[in-house]
Amino acid sequence: MSIYSYLMLRFEVVITLIIFILLVLKLNDADKKEKSLLIGINIMLLLNFIVGLLPMAEGNLFMGFFRSNGLLVLQKNILNLGLLLISLTSYNYLLKNNNRIEFYILMLSSMLGVFAMLSSGHILVLYLGLEMSTIPIAALANFNKSMKNSSEAGIKLILSSAFSTGILLFGISLLYGAVGNLSFENIQANLQLNELTLLAFAFILGGFAFKMSIVPFHLWTADVYEGSPVAVTNYLSVISKGSVIFVFISVLYSIFSSFTDAWLYAITILSILSMTVGNLFAMRQQNLKRFFAFSSIAQVGFVLVGIAGASKIGLTSATYFVLIYLLSNIASFGVISAIFDATGKETINDYKGLYKSNPYFALILAVSLFSLAGIPPTAGFFGKMFLLTSSMGNGMYVLLAFAAINIVISLYNYLRIVKTMFIDDAVEVLPVVGRNFGMKMALAVCTIGIIIIGFVTPLFQYIDVLSIVK
Amino acid sequence: MNVLSILILIPLITALVLLMVRKELHMKLIALFGSIAQLGYSVWLTNYYINFRKAGDTAEMLFQTSLGWFKPLNIYFSTGVDGISLTMILLTAMVVVAGILVSWKIQHQVKEFFFLIVLLSLGAYGFFISTDLFMMFFFLELAVIPKYLLIGIWGSGKKEYSAMKLALMLMAGSALVFLGIAALYFASGIYGGQYTWNIHELTQINFPMSVQVPIYLLIFTGFGVFTAMFPFHTWAPDGHSSAPTAASMFLAGISMKLGGYGALRVATYLLPNAAQEWSWIFIILASIAIIYGAFATMMQKDLKYMNAYSSVSHCGFVILGIAMLTKTAFMGAVMQMVSHGIMTALFFAAIGMIYDRAHTRQANELGGMLKQMPFIGTAFIIAGLTSLGLPGFSGFVSEMTVFVGSWERTGIFYRVATILACASIVVTAVYILRSVGFAIWGTITNKEYETLKDATWNEKAAAVLLIAGIVFIGVLPFWVVNLISNDTITIFNKFISVAVAN
Repeated sequence: MSIYSYLMLRFEVVITLIIFILLVLKLNDADKKEKSLLIGINIMLLLNFIVGLLPMAEGNLFMGFFRSNGLLVLQKNILNLGLLLISLTSYNYLLKNNNRIEFYILMLSSMLGVFAMLSSGHILVLYLGLEMSTIPIAALANFNKSMKNSSEAGIKLILSSAFSTGILLFGISLLYGAVGNLSFENIQANLQLNELTLLAFAFILGGFAFKMSIVPFHLWTADVYEGSPVAVTNYLSVISKGSVIFVFISVLYSIFSSFTDAWLYAITILSILSMTVGNLFAMRQQNLKRFFAFSSIAQVGFVLVGIAGASKIGLTSATYFVLIYLLSNIASFGVISAIFDATGKETINDYKGLYKSNPYFALILAVSLFSLAGIPPTAGFFGKMFLLTSSMGNGMYVLLAFAAINIVISLYNYLRIVKTMFIDDAVEVLPVVGRNFGMKMALAVCTIGIIIIGFVTPLFQYIDVLSIVK
Repeated sequence: MNVLSILILIPLITALVLLMVRKELHMKLIALFGSIAQLGYSVWLTNYYINFRKAGDTAEMLFQTSLGWFKPLNIYFSTGVDGISLTMILLTAMVVVAGILVSWKIQHQVKEFFFLIVLLSLGAYGFFISTDLFMMFFFLELAVIPKYLLIGIWGSGKKEYSAMKLALMLMAGSALVFLGIAALYFASGIYGGQYTWNIHELTQINFPMSVQVPIYLLIFTGFGVFTAMFPFHTWAPDGHSSAPTAASMFLAGISMKLGGYGALRVATYLLPNAAQEWSWIFIILASIAIIYGAFATMMQKDLKYMNAYSSVSHCGFVILGIAMLTKTAFMGAVMQMVSHGIMTALFFAAIGMIYDRAHTRQANELGGMLKQMPFIGTAFIIAGLTSLGLPGFSGFVSEMTVFVGSWERTGIFYRVATILACASIVVTAVYILRSVGFAIWGTITNKEYETLKDATWNEKAAAVLLIAGIVFIGVLPFWVVNLISNDTITIFNKFISVAVAN
């Protein structure tokens, strides 16, 4: 084994490096020069993203505890892009907050956990990564220390995640009892369907469902989203969710591949519940962050529709959809955070007449909402339709019927905000909200991405080539 | 460059240029020139197509191309036209020019208005030239949201309710369509050995009955929502009446035709066995729509509601023609689509002009409009006469063809449906003549109306264009018939070959 094979750890190494640099900067009181510090950090994140794009070998390290392949690299790149964009959109928020270095250290630690989790070849590493990605977020959720609902969000997140971790661990221990070795390959080879393993599967599924906030394990979501700073909500809804979805697919498709009939059944029910409850609850929300909490629940339910395809195309379309969902959600939260930072307003009614006062923000938000609703020519249309196609290939007709109904309900939800911005007259005209360079860049990348991804044909093909179902 | 891609490129470029200019007049001119260029190009393309046919090209569709789009899912950007799609393209181009002309006086958010109109037309053009079902669906959905915004922002009355209702119902319809075509895609892999969305490849495959029936019902119903088929017609009256004039013209003139075209080209053509067994459902629904629509129209006072309900009734003829499954009925359905598209656009344009001046659309509050506004009054009367099927105008030819085609189906069920449909003409005459009598003829009841001015140049141009279309089809129907007859026969032959195979 040559030293070069350790380059597979590139993503993790670069993130760790940045964390160390930040610690040193903190010791040197770099907080004082807030602007140059933030610019420096964003440049580091940009470099991090670029380093990730370089070609990389596939293979296993540490006796199979760590693995890497083309799809994992792509998924890490997608998440890296998300991290950079979130960092850019939270520029203004962090300019005012004095603990910006801690913010980044926590966020990057969580990111390190995400990467470890994605690359894991053993359930223990997966568990470690999952925990490492969640616990720093609980501290981040509580980042507005003076606000009561922010503390509530932090406590809620840590308690519910501890609870879900307990469930997950219990499932893992049952699995260990059944197969005797927790490496993925071994489980896949030796797993037999019986009461014990089914129970283990149910608990593991429950644990993951908590992290992805799938109904009925979603109750923490809305409060945590509402209480956290927008940047953290963004991270929670995009990076945390996206990464757990990636891992979840590989767990279902590889470890539990012999259980396909059983998990299809479970996924069908969870997906129907998530889409329906998410969309129906979103209908009544006034606070935009709560709205997006329920909307993201419904979106994850929709990803499950694609996962129920249980085939290569399911993996491809889910990965593709997460990329699109990431761009759409970051653009929405970017707009919300820009307006919140400037005016302190974050309810839907405050957005009345936004198109007249802040046309750019209104247009960007509209494009991302259309993408979330699956309206062409935005990328969300292709993402959603491919998820449906994947499910159709497996003959999940009941699920598809509910998915079709939910497309209509979700369109209502998203159009409600579009209507507020474009049709309603403003009660109180919002001031023109300024845009800084970082925000402009992030929103531009997201919007252009949303509009052109559907017409960049090689992208989907590339994901399809990388997607390998064992 | 393929000749058909230009049909998409012209609106696309128009839309992009629109985004760049700042002066309102320039925006209007760009939109107008873009649409006129498109109309000219469509006419040229039709001529080009006819020449190819005359030269003896017997391919099912001409100018076919195929570019990879999402290859892992076998989705291609594949285009092709036949006579049916060309007539639809001509119709679209005409209505778009007229729609832009009547919107000349639009006051606020001019750029957005014309951008959305061009986007909407882009969806329609793309839909008519696609031979790949996924691509077709893409363009179908592309045309939904512009309608929502057009009604929601520039509409009147209970516009938010109507816009939302329209968007949700059309979305539900398109969701049904998508489930149908996705199922067809996987069925093509199982029964044809090759996964495909392409219409020509799909027609080669013999799907078993158990596969055809659910897909047929899904797709036909989904497209039926777009055509305002009973009982999914409720978006139409609200949507039409709240929409600004141009959007009403587009809704009735183009959008409803998307549904008719899809029901013919996708549902009926690709799934002939199921169509033969199950089209009776749609015959019943179409008959109900025709009768119910006509009677509902009689009860309306508001001119726009009146025309919207009469559209439900007239589009019932389209569905009826498609569901009757005879050569002549198919032809009648296509002609009715064109005829109704132009006629209803003219009707909405005239109503819009009257409303702009008199600020009311209630038939009983108007009166004597012909004296004050002879041009607009005449346009209104011509639209009305076309609607009730006066010979010499397009309505007569197309409805007559549908009736004759329907009569070709023997059997008491088909006969009853045909007779019921014919009977609706009497009701049509009642409401048309009554509204014309109230609103256009008679004496001026309201003193304020005595100062009203007649149509301006742009309105005159729009009306003349549409009237020319009506008269052209009415006087020279064989021109349209020649254009489309080959293609309706192709669709019809599918049924004969199926019958022989059985």
